[in-house]
Parts: sequence; structure tokens; C-alpha cells
Amino acid sequence: MPELTRRRALGAAAGAAAALAVAGTAAAAAARKEHTAADPASFDEVYKGRRIQGTPSHGGGHHGGHGGGYSVHIDGEELHVMRNADGTWISVVNHYEPFATPRAVARAAVAELQGADLVPLVTV
Amino acid sequence: MTVRKNQAQLTSTEKRRFVDALLELKRTGQYDTFVTTHNAFIMSDTDSGDRVGHRSPSFLPWHRRFLIQFEQQLQAVDPDVALPYWDWTADRTAASSLWAADFLGGTGRSRDGQVMDGPFSAASGSWPVNVGVDGRTYLRRALGAGGRQLPTRAETDSVLAMSTYDAPPWNSASDGFRNHLEGWRGVNLHNRVHVWVGGQMATGVSPNDPVFWLHHAFIDRLWAQWQARHPGSPYLPAAGTPDVVDLRDTMRPWNDVTPADMLDHTRHYTYDAAA
Repeated sequence: MPELTRRRALGAAAGAAAALAVAGTAAAAAARKEHTAADPASFDEVYKGRRIQGTPSHGGGHHGGHGGGYSVHIDGEELHVMRNADGTWISVVNHYEPFATPRAVARAAVAELQGADLVPLVTV
Repeated sequence: MTVRKNQAQLTSTEKRRFVDALLELKRTGQYDTFVTTHNAFIMSDTDSGDRVGHRSPSFLPWHRRFLIQFEQQLQAVDPDVALPYWDWTADRTAASSLWAADFLGGTGRSRDGQVMDGPFSAASGSWPVNVGVDGRTYLRRALGAGGRQLPTRAETDSVLAMSTYDAPPWNSASDGFRNHLEGWRGVNLHNRVHVWVGGQMATGVSPNDPVFWLHHAFIDRLWAQWQARHPGSPYLPAAGTPDVVDLRDTMRPWNDVTPADMLDHTRHYTYDAAA
């Protein structure tokens, strides 16, 4: 593969992630000024036998920027989530199907996983 | 010259050679680098930030380049292989020959979604899922689960009729052809097919399922058909757009190819029937 080496592809993605982290920090600062009115509330429940948690995470966590400053965990492992422009949510295990809330996307992930463990996010 | 054919028209020999080339790329590790690249982009492309592979105007030229590169790898194994396309408006059920055991294999079993037949089943031993978001290492599908329906020809035609390529804000909220084809808005074509297949195809590591290439080859063909219907409609935006790949901006990860370079697919391949 002369052009698309793994190193180059991932390096490019890492550069994008770094840029997003900066943007995420700025967005988080702006959101704090507005008392995070746009952020969904935290949640913590056991759904189909698994603990799902969601919380605003401004600038925190190694993926704080991607979800618009919101992180979701299943049994303690981070589920990569992303907020769409219209306010809907997707996750890495349901990446083509928007859900209304982070809780809904977490529940959908539990259903999709059928008991399997998430593996730690690796993007670099 | 590479000719991309409708999967339904392939001979048994063409199917076998395509499958064998896929298995060889898998064996050498080259296949999984494509899965890794796709997932890295799908996780980093955001509506409010830098976006290249998805939810942006470059969704179509990015995937065109991605498929050309993959097809070149297949052809390094077998020069006579070309990517077939899956016209899901016509071959719309799990009974299609696409899903037969001599080609991609069928849907997953109900218990765990595992594909049990065909060359990509875990039992075949040739298709470990190494780049995954969870601990399961077998290919999964749930074709049409929950009564989901693939897009119809009429729905697809309604999107092909849209004369504007893309529109501000150049993301998942946009009006225009690109976002309706991608599926974040409107009748939903591309995204809905990923969801219909289920399993890894519904995730960020969707190229783990070989049908990814056949799905995107058809999306690519729809782009060509749209161009033929709207010869006066250019790729947009033209220049100076933050976070978005303009017509003559280079695209990551290659950094040496622009959307303008990708507009004419006939420089790289043709289709079995005129677009």
C-alpha cells in the first residue's frame, strides 16, 4: 500500500482528533457560560443487566470533544458517541442511525452488544 | 479497463475470484488497514468540526478514492477482479443471490447474529474480525431485522432528482443531493442500507463486512447517474469553506487528491451499463 499506510492514515486521524480537542475545549467554555443549557442531563441506570452512565464532560476524557462534551459508559467502558447538528445522537456501534438522547443511544448499544464487552477506544 | 458490474450478473467464476481476492487481502493484513482507516474517519468527522469522509460534501469523492484504492489492492492479487455493485433497490431481500453461500453468505443466526455460511463465516476460519468495537471476532448480520425495508427505486429517483449537490452548513443538516443520498435527511438511502444489513455494517467498523464495498460501489454509481442527469450542477462548495473540503482542497489521508480529481470516474473504471 504505497499511499495509504496505516501510520499515515492514523496520523492524519490523530491530527484531526487534536484539532477537535481544541475546538471542543472552546465549545465547552462557551457552554459553561450558558450554564450548559443545551446539554442533556446525566443518567445512571442498569439496563438489561448492564450499567449505563452518561454525563456532560467538558474538556474531560480523551474523547470529550467528539460528543459535544458528553460521555457515555457501559459497564465502565467508554462508548464513543457523537452529537448530530439536529441534536440527535449516534454511537460507534450504531453509527448510521440517530437516536433522540444519549440514554437512548446507550440502550441501543446494549441491545446491539448482546452481552459483549466494549473494547477500549483506539484511534491512534 | 476496470468494469464494475451489477453483482446479480456475475458468473460463478467472477464471484469465486472476487471472494478469493478478498480472502487474500484479509490473510495478508491489508484488508484490516481499510477497516481501521474508515473507523478513524467516521469517529473524527463531526458536524461542528473538521469533516472529510462523512457528513460533508466530500463523502462522495472520499469514498470514491477509498474504493479505487481497495480495488487496486484486489487487482494486485487478481488483475481480472473489479468491485461489483449491489443495487439494493432491485435485490431487496435476504433471498437475493448476493447472500447465497457461494458469495457473501446469509444473515446471522438469531442467538448472537453470527453469520453461519459462506466464505466469511467464522467457521470458515478465514475471516477473523480483528478491528472491532467490542469483543466479538465473528462476522455478524441481521438482514432486514425488525421489518426494516431497503430504499425503493422511487425513493432513490426522488433523491437523484435533486439538482443542487450540497448546501450550507455542509453537514448532516444540509439540504441537497449529497446529504439525502448519505441519508441524514429525507428518505434516507445510504445510512438506511447500513442499518438494514446490521451487525458490523451498522457500526463504525462497517468495512469488516465485504458488502460494504458493494454498497458503496452502488452509492458511487448513483453519484455518476446524478452527474449525468444534472450536467450543469457542480461539486460544492467551490472554495474558502472552514472545516470542509472544497473542490480543489486535498483530502486526508492521501493529501494528494482533491474532489475535482474524483469527478470523472471513467478515468478509473466504467460501469456495465451507462450511468
